[in-house]
Amino acid sequence: MQDITGEILLDSEGMDRAITRISHEILEKNRGADTLVLIGILSRGADLAKRIAGKIKEIENVEVPVGLLDINLYRDDVHSKLDQPIIQKTEILFDIVDRNVILVDDVLFTGRTIRAALDAIVDFGRPRSIQLAVLIDRGHRELPIRPDFIGKNIPTSKDDRVLVRLHERDDNDVVISEKNGLKGGDK
Amino acid sequence: MNASALRSRHLLGLEGVTREEISLILDTADTFREIIDRPIKKVPTLRGITVLNLFYEPSTRTRISFELAEKRLSADTVNFAKSGSSVSKGESLKDTVRNIESLKIDMIVIRHSSTGSPFFLTQFVDSNVINAGDGSHEHPTQALLDMLTIRQKYGKLDGLRVVLIGDVKHSRVVRSNIWGLKTMGASVAVCGPSTLLPYEAEKFGVDIYTDLDKALDGADVVNVMRIQLERQQAGLLPSLREYTNLFGMTKERLHHLNDNYTIMHPGPMNRGVEITPEVADSESSVILNQVTNGQAVRMAVLYLLSGKKEERGEEA
Repeated sequence: MQDITGEILLDSEGMDRAITRISHEILEKNRGADTLVLIGILSRGADLAKRIAGKIKEIENVEVPVGLLDINLYRDDVHSKLDQPIIQKTEILFDIVDRNVILVDDVLFTGRTIRAALDAIVDFGRPRSIQLAVLIDRGHRELPIRPDFIGKNIPTSKDDRVLVRLHERDDNDVVISEKNGLKGGDK
Repeated sequence: MNASALRSRHLLGLEGVTREEISLILDTADTFREIIDRPIKKVPTLRGITVLNLFYEPSTRTRISFELAEKRLSADTVNFAKSGSSVSKGESLKDTVRNIESLKIDMIVIRHSSTGSPFFLTQFVDSNVINAGDGSHEHPTQALLDMLTIRQKYGKLDGLRVVLIGDVKHSRVVRSNIWGLKTMGASVAVCGPSTLLPYEAEKFGVDIYTDLDKALDGADVVNVMRIQLERQQAGLLPSLREYTNLFGMTKERLHHLNDNYTIMHPGPMNRGVEITPEVADSESSVILNQVTNGQAVRMAVLYLLSGKKEERGEEA
């Protein structure tokens, strides 16, 4: 476990409110849940997608299918790293053709992960639309990609590290920013 | 805990490969099974990587399986078969490979009748080398796919009893299976005519039988090897009929096995010789599963080795 140092950007209640609002916005924009499918990027985007599906169930009483997507096979830096990233299982067990796909991730940063995810999704079929929902937008895009639904906008410096912790795999719900956390390090 | 990467940049055999590395390959292969079932059975991961399939020996399954695995990962492939090449003009393996490699090859898959030829390649090429069967030495991807198939059925390899039947002396599949299965904690037995057991077979650390019924007692998995008809001439077997009587896997022998047993065969099968059709086609047979898993395992190996430039850690 990494020790928590830095500024808390979103606490448990704030995160829950943000997810609730995103769920309402998704329903409003798509006029209900009938055409929707959710695809979460592994690992934490997948957890968030399941939470959004839970909220939509509460609001509209509709079960929206949730898929899990590992984007590592679509990365643009596969051969520039010494070791290959470990692959998790992609599970999209429904047809996405003509559906409105809501792609979910925890943090939107350079946009490269989303670029890879878009390539992966179109390999499963031709959706009516792909919309992007993120818990945190921290800026510094390197590609022309923009989110449709945002939990919280956070201005950061490029070297800051933004850590999202979710109770599904960590011990609590919190978003933390660590000043210069990426300097001389990974990512 | 799994290893996060393989230590070597080549896959020459399973001898010396750790439990963590084998688990990493099998876990990665498990995730690749899903790609094979997609409408578009392809991911762009190895785009720009060129793979040379160097086959000095005949092969159906392994060659097609490797080629499809490469294509599913978007690699470019070049196929070399001994017949029709300049080998008949006397060009050596070393010269052949050096010449092809100067056309900018990144990975080489090699099948050769000489033991150690994949290792020989690593001495002078820059590519990652994958052994697709060398002489009677090893056939690592076959053993990996056998282990993946067993693990999918039982959820583990630890503690299972696996019997390998057939030509233990010449079979590279047996050898790779012994190394891999023992590393993964399975209990391994081999069974075959004494003329087809290697000298000092006990050094493998497996149970050795010449009586098939005894070997099958209490086993979970039976992996039947092809009896290599081309070795018939060597006088190691009195007759095929005798082999079938003593070592053929028949329905009558199945009662020796544990409940929920599994029948495997790496192919190509000689139906009616080492295995009867009713056993090969029974519900407990996973032979076609093995073939599908082969593709996933080869994708995993290609993926995990691709782009690896240097050795990691201490080599055993």
